[in-house]
Amino acid sequence: MSYRSRLNPPASEITPEAVFLHRRALLMAAGAAAAASLAPARAQGIAPMPLPAKPSPLSVVEKATPENLVTSYCNFYEFGTDKDDPPRLAPKRLVTRPWTVRVEGEVRKPRTFDIDELLKLAAMEERVYRLRCVEAWSAVVPWIGYPLAELIRQVEPTGNAKFVEFTTLADKSQMPGLSYPVIDWPYTEGLRMDEAMHPLTLLTFGMYGKTLPAQNGAPLRVVVPWKYGFKSAKSIVRIRFVDKQPATAWQKSNPREYGFYSNVYPARDHPRWSQKTERRLGEDIFSRRRPTLPFNGYGEQVAALYAGMDLMSLY
Amino acid sequence: MQGGVGTIGRAGVPALLAPRTLSLVRAAVFALALVPFSLLAWRTFHGHLGANPVEAILRFLGTWTLVLLLATLTITPLRRLTGWAWLMRLRRMLGLFAFFYASLHVVAWVWLDHWFDWRAMADDVVKRPYLTFGFLAFVLMMPLAATSTQAMMRRLGRNWQRLHRLVYVIAVLGVLHFVFHKLAKNDLAQPLIYAAVLAVLLGARVLEAWRRRQRTVPAPRRG
Repeated sequence: MSYRSRLNPPASEITPEAVFLHRRALLMAAGAAAAASLAPARAQGIAPMPLPAKPSPLSVVEKATPENLVTSYCNFYEFGTDKDDPPRLAPKRLVTRPWTVRVEGEVRKPRTFDIDELLKLAAMEERVYRLRCVEAWSAVVPWIGYPLAELIRQVEPTGNAKFVEFTTLADKSQMPGLSYPVIDWPYTEGLRMDEAMHPLTLLTFGMYGKTLPAQNGAPLRVVVPWKYGFKSAKSIVRIRFVDKQPATAWQKSNPREYGFYSNVYPARDHPRWSQKTERRLGEDIFSRRRPTLPFNGYGEQVAALYAGMDLMSLY
Repeated sequence: MQGGVGTIGRAGVPALLAPRTLSLVRAAVFALALVPFSLLAWRTFHGHLGANPVEAILRFLGTWTLVLLLATLTITPLRRLTGWAWLMRLRRMLGLFAFFYASLHVVAWVWLDHWFDWRAMADDVVKRPYLTFGFLAFVLMMPLAATSTQAMMRRLGRNWQRLHRLVYVIAVLGVLHFVFHKLAKNDLAQPLIYAAVLAVLLGARVLEAWRRRQRTVPAPRRG
């Protein structure tokens, strides 16, 4: 696909007008309900806007999952535990402007970045990645962003920076799911420094040619394609560099079932279900599960990171 | 409390219905119990099952199995509460519908979800508690469905009731199946609703048994 055609996505990838207008209607309702002065601030974060990017050679050559499925089948527990809670609630509740990200910890130049600053920090690339959820379903998503390493270089980590911790927004006024103690809020995730610096690890601002929809982690998230989806923290407000392996949300809630690394690894089953196969979103009811690939098919690029580690026990 | 013809239950509804009325009520309940199935068929045919249609089918059928199972268990306490003896004439039908949805649930799992990969399925049933519970519940439902006819009731006599008390075990296993399925994600709000309803329905039976005992033992021992 050429650069031009990426900039002009096919009609199928464009938000249907009805959906767009619906969002507008929700927005107007939200604006009317909230103080009038809040309405313009909300406006900027809600409807995804075009986000030009150049195609990346790191993209997989697979058919992208239809956009409407990726935006309607979401795990974003801050908005509720059902897959259709986030698409229903996040677009009208999540305020994505103004938005800042605090980058701190073991770095020489700790800073608070504004979202507009981050959008301009490096050239946007479109990366078509496989996404494998720990629940044994998968998708192919054209993300837009740049390597997390670009941001990391800006803040100059010290020699003590061994791990990175991501924190998701936790604001009860915007996120009804926080009222339920499903997780020890805020949601936190983490990567080892070499994982965070890996060229595949994407600081992500958009998908399907546009900025991220609220339910998919607007305004910015991380995408780590060789790990189960929950490692890819959404709506990030803080990135902290630390010297010890940070506790992560799912690991804290259920250490027997979730580990720190959480690499896609079919040989190691989740205690509650097999990880050997997966179901691709959008396929009809008579299509079979497909085999799950080690490191979600990114083994060639990332297996070296784990050389000598026993991934059956370090899951 | 089981009244004869002409006895009036609560809310002015007779304890027994005229054969014609009863047929109408039974036909209505039959049609009602088929509504979820028709809805699922329609959604499947029109592709309205969302991003993960197989998961949607499995969950839909699982939910309705539980609902009908609990509806079946509601009949007896409701009859006691209202005096509507005719309710008993709906119990078998509801139980068989629970089995109908459970069978479709299992067929969807075996066929659509696993494509007859018996080894993967056996592996899952042994290793995953939620599947062990679900599998056991379904296996236990089979003899109850098979002995649901009048002829079998007569043939088994007193043993029929003993056998059919398995429904309590089945309901508990069914709810556990749901609880353990959701446990991985700390998401117990829905399964706990089913557990609460089941607790009330089983509690009503315990209460009734206790009351009966009080009646048969007039002088309770002291000290």
